[in-house]
Amino acid sequence: MSDAKNRFQAMVGHRLFWPVAVLVVMLAANTLYRPGFLTIEVKDGHLYGTPIDILRLSAPLILVALGMTLVISTGGIDLSVGSVCAISGAIACLYISKAPDQNALGMVLTALAMAIGAALVLGAWNGILVSVIGIQPIIATLILMVAGRGLAQLITEGQIITINSGPYRAIGLGHFLTLPLAIFIALAAALLVAAFTRRTALGMIIESVGGNREASRLAGIRSGRVVFLVYVVSAVCAAIAGFMMTANVSSADGNSAGLWVELDAILAVVIGGTSLAGGRFFLSGTILGALIIQTLTTTVYAMNISPQTALLFKAVVVIVVCLVQAPAFRARFSRRRPGAAPPEASPQRQKEQVPA
Amino acid sequence: MTDSRPVLTMTGISKSFPGVRALHNVDFRLFPGEVHALMGENGAGKSTLIKVLTGVYGIDDGIITLGGEQVAFSGPMQAAAAGVSTVYQEVNLCPNLSVAENIFIGREPRRFGAVRWGEVRRRARQLLARLDLDIDVTAPVASYSLAVQQMIAIARAIDVQARVLILDEPTSSLDAGEVEQLFRIMRQLRDEGIAILFVTHFLDQVYGIADRITVLRNGTLVGEHPTAELPQLALVEKMIGKELDVLERIEEHPRRELAALEGGTPFVEVSDLSRKGAVAPFSLTIHAGEVVGLAGLLGSGRTEVARLLFGADRADRGQVAVGGKPTGLRTPVQAIDRGIGFCSENRRAEGIIADLSVRENMILAMQAARGWLRPIPRRRQDELVDKYIKALSIRPANPDVPVRNLSGGNQQKVLLARWLITEPRLLILDEPTRGIDIGAKAEIQKLVVQLSDGGMAVLFISAELEEVLRLSHKIAVMRDRELVAQLTNDDAVDADRVMQTIASGSQREEANQ
Repeated sequence: MSDAKNRFQAMVGHRLFWPVAVLVVMLAANTLYRPGFLTIEVKDGHLYGTPIDILRLSAPLILVALGMTLVISTGGIDLSVGSVCAISGAIACLYISKAPDQNALGMVLTALAMAIGAALVLGAWNGILVSVIGIQPIIATLILMVAGRGLAQLITEGQIITINSGPYRAIGLGHFLTLPLAIFIALAAALLVAAFTRRTALGMIIESVGGNREASRLAGIRSGRVVFLVYVVSAVCAAIAGFMMTANVSSADGNSAGLWVELDAILAVVIGGTSLAGGRFFLSGTILGALIIQTLTTTVYAMNISPQTALLFKAVVVIVVCLVQAPAFRARFSRRRPGAAPPEASPQRQKEQVPA
Repeated sequence: MTDSRPVLTMTGISKSFPGVRALHNVDFRLFPGEVHALMGENGAGKSTLIKVLTGVYGIDDGIITLGGEQVAFSGPMQAAAAGVSTVYQEVNLCPNLSVAENIFIGREPRRFGAVRWGEVRRRARQLLARLDLDIDVTAPVASYSLAVQQMIAIARAIDVQARVLILDEPTSSLDAGEVEQLFRIMRQLRDEGIAILFVTHFLDQVYGIADRITVLRNGTLVGEHPTAELPQLALVEKMIGKELDVLERIEEHPRRELAALEGGTPFVEVSDLSRKGAVAPFSLTIHAGEVVGLAGLLGSGRTEVARLLFGADRADRGQVAVGGKPTGLRTPVQAIDRGIGFCSENRRAEGIIADLSVRENMILAMQAARGWLRPIPRRRQDELVDKYIKALSIRPANPDVPVRNLSGGNQQKVLLARWLITEPRLLILDEPTRGIDIGAKAEIQKLVVQLSDGGMAVLFISAELEEVLRLSHKIAVMRDRELVAQLTNDDAVDADRVMQTIASGSQREEANQ
């Protein structure tokens, strides 16, 4: 019963162990299949290679998932993030496309500010529906999920707006210190959200509201305000992700920008260990979850799995990831092994069966 | 009691849940044509008895017979088919369906597989006419009052040739007129020969309708009595029981005279505060350093009073003054701002945040009052949390474990700490010692004494009279959602006296003696 064994158990017990393990396994499998997978080259002073691509492409998902983490932590859900991506991208691109000089930095910043402003309104709309009017989050945000696509189409007048703006393109494809700029934007957003929640008491209050809303109310927390706030944060995160998505292709398509990103984001949050029932949230877990999903997508393309069956492959991997993480599943698995210690939690469980 | 043979007998019924013996060797009989009240305090085993009878739970031991034959139902549906129907406290109808649909849901008269809607409506009208209820059977249930909904539920229950009708607290959300309407129907059904098992917390109602009373306490049978032979006081005694006081006595410290306390300005002055359906208008004054006990049976409105004082529910009318200034207590935030703290009786649903750590649970109320932008510095947190973990001897003494891993008593102490940290001037404790072990109980009682010595006002709510008597300077007695008396806790007041007040509801002359 050495120290090493204890340390191993502590490591396996850490909530980030399984997401990291899954990520490592996926990278290893890719390397076996395609030995050059992990190679990183330097071209024109920038780093290139599949790992860098994965990081760059996962940036929008990380952003959306950060906001989603907070929303889910309050016991809610935000289905409208994909539409918010499309709307913000459309607003920014429309403004830039009308400008005389599409490369003017000030003009691009104005475009971004306008789009963020719109996102604030959209987030406030969701927040009011949920916290003031009291509509169930899934329904409240479904409204904007569906209507938002129409709104994006309205902005682009049903066309795909193409632009040719250097500064805007940089959001998606630019480089900074040899790495893609998008990585830094996602990283900055993550640090900002972390500081915003963990350096203040906001994180604890969000978790408290998500864990037990009535008890939080009786402890003097104005839970309505907290709930409102997280939907606004979520919309702003989605808007920035929308910039990246449209900047990647230098065009805004109201129909396809950010399509289904809400589902990937929810998945990233869940893989990261935040419960859909609300309560504790884990930003680092969410980021890992987003990386896992993007690695998976890249893997599917790299292995030449046909796009028709790619989603099925993705689904299977996701199910495995979720099962491996579920304590109940692992407990059952380890109990079958001879000599394995019985799970310690059993007396607690019995207690909970007493009817109130 | 026209028939000498019971329609239903339960003999030697025992039922245990892990760690709890819910019923132990309980006998129960029900005769045709009687209203039989099942009485007992919370946790006495009333609900469990009903649930084993209707097959929601299996029994560990014992025999149930219906009409002379031994039965063991697999669930409420089967019980209903055999003639044992239940109407629950929460009316479980589908509010969006029509009255007729609700009555016949799941057993609609059919022809060739198609529901005969005309027949459904005709029979629904017939059935309701039997209950003297003239309503539109095609209207949705939600368009009727709770009382009428209750009748509809009864109509559904008796349609299946019911021999036994179980009414589990049917009156808890009805007003006086509606209760009378319900009683009329119960008498009518009784006269038709149906045996009615009636569970309620309202003593007046028991004496208004029941023919016999069975009392349970702590899962055992205390006795079965004809109502006429059991005076109210005796009933209350049987329900509460004269428990041996195993608690170490709170040292006889010189309890400051109430008169001295009442000299200063009152901290809270409530006049005619009320909320419809929760508590009738009441007036109450609480001074700094005073412990006011709130006694009364479960469901008598004790918790409702506490919730109004904390702004957890909004009062319909009445005035509150805190520290001499008129104020509204419309939300918990306001109440906390005025220096009031509240430990709910429902620890799990309204108290702890199970996911969060002991530390977070403790500082929650203080942090909420500061606002999220001003987090309590870590060092200050450590100071506060360590102080209260020590002061209340919370086990394990680790602030970073999730509070769900603590025992009930320790969770209760964490909640106490949450409020003590906010340094309230009035602390409302609703059943702070329920369901916790004796050691923790004594510690919490001691703490209440210390706090009041330090000048804090405490409103202490407990079902245990001994506890209320030991701690309070003044005892307010609740009965049927009304504050019926305020007794100064001097030598003349003992448990019998309070029980008498609970039972008889005698008015204020008590207070003046």
